[in-house]
Amino acid sequence: MALYRDQGIVLRTYKLGETDRIVHLLTQGRGKVRAVAKGVRRPGSRFGGRLEPFSHVDLQFYEGRNLDIVNQAELITPFATVRSDWALSACGSTMVEGADRVAQEDERSNRLFLLLLDGLRTLAAAPQFPAVVLDAYLLRLVSLAGYHPYFDACSSCGAPGAHGVFSIAAGGALCRRCAPPGASVLDPASRALLMALLGADWAVLGATAVEPRTRRAAGALVHSFLTYHLGKPLRAWDLVPR
Amino acid sequence: MYEGPVQDLIEELGRLPGVGPKSAQRLAFHLLAVDRADAERLARAIVQLKERVRFCARCFNVSEHEECRVCRDPRRDPSVLCVVEEPRDVQAIEKTGEFRGRYHVLGGAISPIDGVGPDQLHIRQLVARLGEEDIGEVVLATNPNIEGEATASYLGRLLKAMDVRVSRIASGLPVGGDLEYADEVTLGRAFSGRREL
Repeated sequence: MALYRDQGIVLRTYKLGETDRIVHLLTQGRGKVRAVAKGVRRPGSRFGGRLEPFSHVDLQFYEGRNLDIVNQAELITPFATVRSDWALSACGSTMVEGADRVAQEDERSNRLFLLLLDGLRTLAAAPQFPAVVLDAYLLRLVSLAGYHPYFDACSSCGAPGAHGVFSIAAGGALCRRCAPPGASVLDPASRALLMALLGADWAVLGATAVEPRTRRAAGALVHSFLTYHLGKPLRAWDLVPR
Repeated sequence: MYEGPVQDLIEELGRLPGVGPKSAQRLAFHLLAVDRADAERLARAIVQLKERVRFCARCFNVSEHEECRVCRDPRRDPSVLCVVEEPRDVQAIEKTGEFRGRYHVLGGAISPIDGVGPDQLHIRQLVARLGEEDIGEVVLATNPNIEGEATASYLGRLLKAMDVRVSRIASGLPVGGDLEYADEVTLGRAFSGRREL
Protein backbone atom coordinates (compact mmCIF):
# COMPACT_ATOMS: atom_id res chain seq x y z
CA MET A 1 0.00 0.00 0.00
CA ALA A 2 1.40 3.40 -0.94
CA LEU A 3 2.25 5.84 1.82
CA TYR A 4 2.52 9.58 1.44
CA ARG A 5 3.19 12.50 3.73
CA ASP A 6 1.83 16.03 3.63
CA GLN A 7 0.93 18.89 5.90
CA GLY A 8 -2.62 20.06 6.14
CA ILE A 9 -5.27 21.93 8.07
CA VAL A 10 -8.27 20.05 9.43
CA LEU A 11 -11.44 21.50 7.89
CA ARG A 12 -14.09 19.34 9.46
CA THR A 13 -14.68 15.88 10.81
CA TYR A 14 -17.58 13.44 10.71
CA LYS A 15 -18.21 10.52 13.02
CA LEU A 16 -17.79 7.14 11.37
CA GLY A 17 -18.94 3.95 13.07
CA GLU A 18 -18.21 3.55 16.78
CA THR A 19 -14.80 5.13 17.20
CA ASP A 20 -13.57 6.43 13.80
CA ARG A 21 -13.79 9.76 12.08
CA ILE A 22 -13.74 10.96 8.50
CA VAL A 23 -11.48 14.00 8.36
CA HIS A 24 -11.55 16.65 5.62
CA LEU A 25 -8.14 18.26 5.28
CA LEU A 26 -6.77 21.05 3.13
CA THR A 27 -3.27 19.83 2.34
CA GLN A 28 -0.44 21.79 0.86
CA GLY A 29 0.45 19.25 -1.81
CA ARG A 30 -2.79 17.50 -2.78
CA GLY A 31 -5.60 19.97 -2.28
CA LYS A 32 -8.52 18.62 -0.29
CA VAL A 33 -8.03 15.15 1.15
CA ARG A 34 -10.76 13.10 2.77
CA ALA A 35 -9.30 10.46 5.02
CA VAL A 36 -10.37 8.02 7.72
CA ALA A 37 -8.78 8.36 11.14
CA LYS A 38 -9.28 5.07 12.95
CA GLY A 39 -10.08 4.84 16.62
CA VAL A 40 -9.66 8.58 17.25
CA ARG A 41 -12.83 8.90 19.32
CA ARG A 42 -11.46 6.51 21.93
CA PRO A 43 -10.13 8.36 24.98
CA GLY A 44 -6.69 6.71 24.70
CA SER A 45 -6.28 7.51 21.00
CA ARG A 46 -2.73 8.36 19.93
CA PHE A 47 -3.65 11.27 17.71
CA GLY A 48 -7.34 12.02 18.21
CA GLY A 49 -6.62 15.34 19.90
CA ARG A 50 -4.52 16.46 16.95
CA LEU A 51 -7.26 15.99 14.36
CA GLU A 52 -9.71 18.57 15.63
CA PRO A 53 -10.84 21.32 13.20
CA PHE A 54 -8.35 24.22 12.72
CA SER A 55 -5.35 22.04 13.68
CA HIS A 56 -2.34 22.46 11.39
CA VAL A 57 -0.79 19.02 11.23
CA ASP A 58 1.93 16.99 9.57
CA LEU A 59 0.39 13.71 8.44
CA GLN A 60 1.22 10.37 6.98
CA PHE A 61 -1.46 8.59 4.96
CA TYR A 62 -2.00 5.16 3.44
CA GLU A 63 -3.55 5.38 0.07
CA GLY A 64 -6.88 3.58 0.28
CA ARG A 65 -9.25 2.50 -2.44
CA ASN A 66 -11.91 5.05 -1.62
CA LEU A 67 -10.67 7.14 1.26
CA ASP A 68 -7.09 7.37 2.45
CA ILE A 69 -6.24 6.37 6.01
CA VAL A 70 -4.41 8.61 8.46
CA ASN A 71 -1.47 6.67 9.78
CA GLN A 72 0.42 9.25 11.83
CA ALA A 73 -0.29 12.83 12.83
CA GLU A 74 2.07 15.38 14.34
CA LEU A 75 0.83 18.76 15.45
CA ILE A 76 2.42 21.86 13.91
CA THR A 77 0.06 24.51 15.35
CA PRO A 78 -3.09 23.66 17.33
CA PHE A 79 -4.63 27.20 17.07
CA ALA A 80 -5.90 26.60 20.58
CA THR A 81 -6.96 30.23 21.11
CA VAL A 82 -9.31 29.99 18.13
CA ARG A 83 -10.94 26.93 19.67
CA SER A 84 -11.33 28.27 23.15
CA ASP A 85 -13.13 31.52 22.32
CA TRP A 86 -16.66 31.43 20.98
CA ALA A 87 -16.40 34.44 18.62
CA LEU A 88 -13.06 33.29 17.20
CA SER A 89 -14.35 29.76 16.87
CA ALA A 90 -17.38 30.96 14.87
CA CYS A 91 -15.06 32.95 12.54
CA GLY A 92 -12.68 29.99 12.22
CA SER A 93 -15.59 27.64 11.43
CA THR A 94 -16.73 29.96 8.64
CA MET A 95 -13.16 30.04 7.28
CA VAL A 96 -12.81 26.26 7.13
CA GLU A 97 -16.31 25.88 5.70
CA GLY A 98 -15.35 28.29 2.91
CA ALA A 99 -12.11 26.40 2.23
CA ASP A 100 -14.01 23.10 2.21
CA ARG A 101 -16.35 24.58 -0.40
CA VAL A 102 -13.65 25.93 -2.71
CA ALA A 103 -10.90 23.29 -2.43
CA GLN A 104 -10.93 20.35 -4.83
CA GLU A 105 -9.56 16.90 -4.31
CA ASP A 106 -6.27 16.13 -6.08
CA GLU A 107 -5.93 19.76 -7.09
CA ARG A 108 -2.94 21.34 -5.42
CA SER A 109 -3.45 24.94 -4.36
CA ASN A 110 -0.68 26.29 -2.23
CA ARG A 111 -2.21 29.78 -2.24
CA LEU A 112 -5.48 28.49 -0.81
CA PHE A 113 -3.57 26.61 1.86
CA LEU A 114 -1.50 29.66 2.79
CA LEU A 115 -4.58 31.88 2.80
CA LEU A 116 -6.31 29.65 5.34
CA LEU A 117 -3.14 29.38 7.41
CA ASP A 118 -2.75 33.19 7.43
CA GLY A 119 -6.41 33.65 8.33
CA LEU A 120 -6.22 31.23 11.26
CA ARG A 121 -2.91 32.72 12.46
CA THR A 122 -4.47 36.17 12.51
CA LEU A 123 -7.50 34.87 14.42
CA ALA A 124 -5.24 33.06 16.89
CA ALA A 125 -3.70 36.40 17.83
CA ALA A 126 -7.20 37.35 19.13
CA PRO A 127 -7.70 40.51 17.03
CA GLN A 128 -10.04 43.25 18.21
CA PHE A 129 -12.40 42.73 15.25
CA PRO A 130 -12.32 39.02 14.30
CA ALA A 131 -15.28 39.43 11.92
CA VAL A 132 -13.23 41.86 9.78
CA VAL A 133 -10.44 39.29 9.54
CA LEU A 134 -13.06 36.74 8.46
CA ASP A 135 -14.47 39.08 5.80
CA ALA A 136 -10.97 39.69 4.43
CA TYR A 137 -10.37 35.96 4.28
CA LEU A 138 -13.69 35.32 2.51
CA LEU A 139 -13.13 38.06 -0.08
CA ARG A 140 -9.64 36.72 -0.85
CA LEU A 141 -11.09 33.20 -1.00
CA VAL A 142 -13.64 34.19 -3.65
CA SER A 143 -10.86 35.97 -5.52
CA LEU A 144 -8.75 32.78 -5.46
CA ALA A 145 -11.75 30.78 -6.64
CA GLY A 146 -11.75 32.95 -9.78
CA TYR A 147 -14.22 35.70 -8.88
CA HIS A 148 -11.90 38.57 -8.05
CA PRO A 149 -13.99 41.65 -7.25
CA TYR A 150 -12.80 44.97 -8.77
CA PHE A 151 -13.13 48.17 -6.79
CA ASP A 152 -10.68 50.53 -8.53
CA ALA A 153 -12.01 50.24 -12.08
CA CYS A 154 -15.31 49.57 -13.78
CA SER A 155 -15.72 45.79 -13.98
CA SER A 156 -17.63 46.13 -17.25
CA CYS A 157 -15.71 48.65 -19.42
CA GLY A 158 -12.48 48.87 -17.41
CA ALA A 159 -12.57 52.64 -16.92
CA PRO A 160 -10.36 53.38 -13.89
CA GLY A 161 -11.66 55.42 -10.98
CA ALA A 162 -13.49 55.22 -7.69
CA HIS A 163 -16.89 54.31 -9.04
CA GLY A 164 -19.83 54.53 -6.69
CA VAL A 165 -21.99 51.65 -7.90
CA PHE A 166 -21.48 47.99 -7.04
CA SER A 167 -22.95 45.02 -8.81
CA ILE A 168 -22.53 41.53 -7.39
CA ALA A 169 -23.46 39.89 -10.67
CA ALA A 170 -20.99 42.02 -12.68
CA GLY A 171 -18.28 41.18 -10.15
CA GLY A 172 -17.38 44.61 -8.80
CA ALA A 173 -17.75 48.37 -9.10
CA LEU A 174 -19.37 49.88 -12.19
CA CYS A 175 -19.02 53.30 -13.78
CA ARG A 176 -22.09 55.45 -14.24
CA ARG A 177 -22.46 54.54 -17.92
CA CYS A 178 -22.31 50.75 -17.33
CA ALA A 179 -24.45 50.71 -14.17
CA PRO A 180 -27.85 49.12 -14.70
CA PRO A 181 -30.81 50.98 -13.19
CA GLY A 182 -31.37 50.09 -9.55
CA ALA A 183 -27.79 48.88 -8.87
CA SER A 184 -26.69 49.28 -5.25
CA VAL A 185 -24.66 52.32 -4.27
CA LEU A 186 -21.20 51.83 -2.80
CA ASP A 187 -20.32 54.61 -0.36
CA PRO A 188 -16.66 55.72 -0.14
CA ALA A 189 -16.15 54.35 3.40
CA SER A 190 -17.38 50.84 2.46
CA ARG A 191 -15.34 50.95 -0.73
CA ALA A 192 -12.19 51.81 1.22
CA LEU A 193 -12.85 49.01 3.69
CA LEU A 194 -13.52 46.46 0.93
CA MET A 195 -10.27 47.41 -0.81
CA ALA A 196 -8.45 46.98 2.50
CA LEU A 197 -10.12 43.59 3.00
CA LEU A 198 -8.76 42.50 -0.35
CA GLY A 199 -5.25 43.83 -0.06
CA ALA A 200 -4.23 45.07 3.39
CA ASP A 201 -1.90 43.36 5.80
CA TRP A 202 -3.61 40.82 8.09
CA ALA A 203 -2.37 42.30 11.35
CA VAL A 204 -3.64 45.76 10.35
CA LEU A 205 -7.12 44.49 9.48
CA GLY A 206 -8.04 43.09 12.86
CA ALA A 207 -7.12 46.31 14.65
CA THR A 208 -8.41 49.04 12.32
CA ALA A 209 -11.31 50.88 13.88
CA VAL A 210 -14.08 51.34 11.32
CA GLU A 211 -17.65 52.54 11.91
CA PRO A 212 -19.66 49.49 13.03
CA ARG A 213 -22.25 50.28 10.35
CA THR A 214 -19.64 50.27 7.57
CA ARG A 215 -18.15 47.07 8.97
CA ARG A 216 -21.52 45.32 8.95
CA ALA A 217 -22.43 46.60 5.48
CA ALA A 218 -19.09 45.43 4.04
CA GLY A 219 -19.50 42.06 5.77
CA ALA A 220 -22.98 41.56 4.34
CA LEU A 221 -21.76 42.54 0.87
CA VAL A 222 -18.85 40.08 1.07
CA HIS A 223 -21.24 37.30 2.04
CA SER A 224 -23.76 38.13 -0.70
CA PHE A 225 -20.90 38.24 -3.22
CA LEU A 226 -19.63 34.86 -2.06
CA THR A 227 -23.11 33.32 -1.97
CA TYR A 228 -23.85 34.52 -5.52
CA HIS A 229 -20.61 33.28 -7.03
CA LEU A 230 -20.11 30.07 -5.05
CA GLY A 231 -23.78 29.16 -5.29
CA LYS A 232 -24.68 28.58 -1.63
CA PRO A 233 -24.38 30.62 1.59
CA LEU A 234 -21.94 29.50 4.29
CA ARG A 235 -23.88 28.08 7.22
CA ALA A 236 -21.50 29.22 9.93
CA TRP A 237 -21.59 32.83 8.70
CA ASP A 238 -24.92 33.60 10.39
CA LEU A 239 -23.53 32.70 13.80
CA VAL A 240 -20.55 35.05 13.71
CA PRO A 241 -21.11 37.77 16.32
CA ARG A 242 -20.87 41.17 14.66
CA MET B 1 -35.68 -8.43 -2.60
CA TYR B 2 -37.73 -10.46 -0.15
CA GLU B 3 -41.48 -10.43 0.04
CA GLY B 4 -43.70 -8.28 2.25
CA PRO B 5 -42.96 -8.19 5.99
CA VAL B 6 -39.42 -9.56 5.74
CA GLN B 7 -38.38 -6.84 3.31
CA ASP B 8 -40.21 -4.20 5.39
CA LEU B 9 -38.30 -5.23 8.51
CA ILE B 10 -34.96 -5.28 6.66
CA GLU B 11 -35.61 -1.77 5.42
CA GLU B 12 -36.60 -0.49 8.87
CA LEU B 13 -33.60 -2.09 10.57
CA GLY B 14 -31.32 -0.75 7.86
CA ARG B 15 -32.27 2.78 8.88
CA LEU B 16 -30.73 2.33 12.34
CA PRO B 17 -27.30 3.91 12.89
CA GLY B 18 -24.42 1.57 12.11
CA VAL B 19 -26.64 -1.10 10.54
CA GLY B 20 -25.89 -1.82 6.88
CA PRO B 21 -28.05 -3.83 4.47
CA LYS B 22 -26.28 -7.13 5.28
CA SER B 23 -26.56 -6.67 9.05
CA ALA B 24 -30.21 -5.67 8.64
CA GLN B 25 -30.86 -8.89 6.75
CA ARG B 26 -29.06 -10.94 9.42
CA LEU B 27 -31.08 -9.29 12.21
CA ALA B 28 -34.36 -9.76 10.35
CA PHE B 29 -33.75 -13.48 9.85
CA HIS B 30 -32.69 -13.81 13.47
CA LEU B 31 -35.99 -12.23 14.54
CA LEU B 32 -37.84 -14.56 12.19
CA ALA B 33 -36.25 -17.53 13.98
CA VAL B 34 -36.76 -16.45 17.62
CA ASP B 35 -39.82 -17.24 19.78
CA ARG B 36 -42.87 -15.12 19.34
CA ALA B 37 -42.57 -13.98 23.00
CA ASP B 38 -39.03 -12.66 22.48
CA ALA B 39 -40.04 -10.75 19.37
CA GLU B 40 -43.04 -9.28 21.16
CA ARG B 41 -40.90 -8.19 24.10
CA LEU B 42 -38.64 -6.29 21.70
CA ALA B 43 -41.61 -4.71 19.92
CA ARG B 44 -43.14 -3.70 23.26
CA ALA B 45 -39.88 -2.19 24.49
CA ILE B 46 -39.72 0.00 21.39
CA VAL B 47 -43.33 1.13 21.70
CA GLN B 48 -42.94 1.88 25.42
CA LEU B 49 -39.80 3.85 24.73
CA LYS B 50 -41.75 6.17 22.50
CA GLU B 51 -44.83 6.28 24.76
CA ARG B 52 -43.34 6.64 28.21
CA VAL B 53 -40.05 8.43 27.82
CA ARG B 54 -40.06 12.20 27.71
CA PHE B 55 -37.75 15.00 28.68
CA CYS B 56 -37.49 16.31 32.24
CA ALA B 57 -39.29 19.66 32.47
CA ARG B 58 -36.47 21.11 34.53
CA CYS B 59 -33.19 19.72 33.19
CA PHE B 60 -34.13 18.09 29.82
CA ASN B 61 -32.66 14.75 30.81
CA VAL B 62 -34.65 11.70 29.61
CA SER B 63 -37.30 10.79 32.15
CA GLU B 64 -40.39 8.71 32.73
CA HIS B 65 -42.05 11.40 34.83
CA GLU B 66 -42.55 15.15 34.70
CA GLU B 67 -39.15 15.52 36.37
CA CYS B 68 -36.21 13.11 36.08
CA ARG B 69 -34.77 10.92 38.83
CA VAL B 70 -31.95 13.33 39.63
CA CYS B 71 -34.18 16.41 39.85
CA ARG B 72 -36.63 14.58 42.15
CA ASP B 73 -33.92 13.27 44.49
CA PRO B 74 -33.87 15.44 47.67
CA ARG B 75 -30.38 14.20 48.59
CA ARG B 76 -28.81 15.94 45.60
CA ASP B 77 -26.98 19.21 46.23
CA PRO B 78 -29.23 21.92 44.72
CA SER B 79 -26.48 24.56 44.73
CA VAL B 80 -24.28 22.93 42.07
CA LEU B 81 -25.42 22.56 38.47
CA CYS B 82 -23.58 20.56 35.85
CA VAL B 83 -24.19 21.57 32.23
CA VAL B 84 -23.85 18.75 29.67
CA GLU B 85 -24.62 18.33 25.97
CA GLU B 86 -26.67 15.11 25.91
CA PRO B 87 -28.61 12.85 28.31
CA ARG B 88 -25.91 10.22 27.67
CA ASP B 89 -23.40 12.55 29.31
CA VAL B 90 -25.53 12.64 32.49
CA GLN B 91 -25.25 8.86 32.61
CA ALA B 92 -21.48 8.98 32.09
CA ILE B 93 -21.00 11.48 34.95
CA GLU B 94 -23.40 9.58 37.23
CA LYS B 95 -21.24 6.48 36.78
CA THR B 96 -18.23 8.28 38.24
CA GLY B 97 -20.06 8.80 41.55
CA GLU B 98 -18.07 12.06 41.98
CA PHE B 99 -20.83 14.55 41.38
CA ARG B 100 -23.70 15.12 43.81
CA GLY B 101 -25.36 18.16 42.26
CA ARG B 102 -28.00 18.43 39.57
CA TYR B 103 -27.78 18.66 35.79
CA HIS B 104 -28.87 20.75 32.85
CA VAL B 105 -28.91 19.10 29.42
CA LEU B 106 -28.36 21.52 26.52
CA GLY B 107 -29.52 19.13 23.82
CA GLY B 108 -26.36 19.57 21.72
CA ALA B 109 -23.51 22.01 21.31
CA ILE B 110 -22.96 25.23 19.39
CA SER B 111 -21.68 24.22 15.99
CA PRO B 112 -21.47 27.07 13.47
CA ILE B 113 -20.50 24.68 10.68
CA ASP B 114 -23.74 22.71 11.16
CA GLY B 115 -25.77 25.88 11.61
CA VAL B 116 -26.49 25.17 15.29
CA GLY B 117 -26.44 28.38 17.33
CA PRO B 118 -27.19 29.23 20.97
CA ASP B 119 -30.91 29.68 20.19
CA GLN B 120 -31.34 26.02 19.25
CA LEU B 121 -30.08 24.81 22.63
CA HIS B 122 -31.67 24.92 26.11
CA ILE B 123 -29.63 27.98 27.08
CA ARG B 124 -32.57 30.30 27.75
CA GLN B 125 -33.97 27.71 30.17
CA LEU B 126 -30.56 27.49 31.87
CA VAL B 127 -30.52 31.23 32.47
CA ALA B 128 -34.11 31.05 33.78
CA ARG B 129 -33.09 28.30 36.20
CA LEU B 130 -30.25 30.40 37.54
CA GLY B 131 -32.78 33.10 38.32
CA GLU B 132 -35.30 30.79 39.97
CA GLU B 133 -33.16 28.28 41.84
CA ASP B 134 -30.50 28.92 44.46
CA ILE B 135 -27.48 27.91 42.40
CA GLY B 136 -23.97 28.85 43.54
CA GLU B 137 -21.82 27.05 40.98
CA VAL B 138 -22.24 26.01 37.36
CA VAL B 139 -19.87 23.30 36.09
CA LEU B 140 -19.50 23.31 32.31
CA ALA B 141 -19.05 19.67 31.28
CA THR B 142 -19.40 19.96 27.49
CA ASN B 143 -17.14 17.78 25.35
CA PRO B 144 -13.52 18.88 24.95
CA ASN B 145 -13.91 19.18 21.16
CA ILE B 146 -14.39 22.24 19.02
CA GLU B 147 -18.17 22.45 19.47
CA GLY B 148 -18.03 21.77 23.21
CA GLU B 149 -15.28 24.38 23.72
CA ALA B 150 -17.23 26.98 21.76
CA THR B 151 -20.33 26.24 23.87
CA ALA B 152 -18.36 26.48 27.12
CA SER B 153 -16.78 29.76 26.02
CA TYR B 154 -20.17 31.18 25.05
CA LEU B 155 -21.77 30.11 28.35
CA GLY B 156 -18.78 31.33 30.35
CA ARG B 157 -19.18 34.77 28.85
CA LEU B 158 -22.97 34.76 29.28
CA LEU B 159 -22.95 33.61 32.90
CA LYS B 160 -20.13 35.91 33.99
CA ALA B 161 -22.67 38.71 34.33
CA MET B 162 -24.70 36.66 36.81
CA ASP B 163 -23.83 36.11 40.42
CA VAL B 164 -22.62 32.53 40.06
CA ARG B 165 -19.30 30.70 40.07
CA VAL B 166 -18.59 29.14 36.68
CA SER B 167 -16.09 26.31 36.33
CA ARG B 168 -14.99 24.07 33.46
CA ILE B 169 -14.18 20.38 33.91
CA ALA B 170 -10.48 19.59 33.69
CA SER B 171 -9.02 17.95 30.66
CA GLY B 172 -5.87 15.86 30.63
CA LEU B 173 -4.37 12.42 30.42
CA PRO B 174 -6.48 9.27 30.55
CA VAL B 175 -5.87 7.00 33.53
CA GLY B 176 -3.60 4.16 32.47
CA GLY B 177 -2.22 6.16 29.52
CA ASP B 178 1.35 6.87 28.47
CA LEU B 179 2.84 10.37 28.53
CA GLU B 180 4.97 9.78 25.44
CA TYR B 181 1.95 8.90 23.31
CA ALA B 182 -0.22 11.77 24.50
CA ASP B 183 -0.91 14.46 21.92
CA GLU B 184 0.49 17.95 22.54
CA VAL B 185 -2.89 19.59 23.08
CA THR B 186 -3.97 17.14 25.77
CA LEU B 187 -0.57 17.13 27.46
CA GLY B 188 -0.47 20.94 27.35
CA ARG B 189 -3.91 21.09 28.97
CA ALA B 190 -2.83 18.59 31.60
CA PHE B 191 0.04 20.94 32.50
CA SER B 192 -1.92 24.15 32.53
CA GLY B 193 -4.58 22.48 34.70
CA ARG B 194 -2.12 20.89 37.17
CA ARG B 195 -2.86 21.17 40.87
CA GLU B 196 -0.93 21.19 44.09
CA LEU B 197 -0.66 17.99 46.09
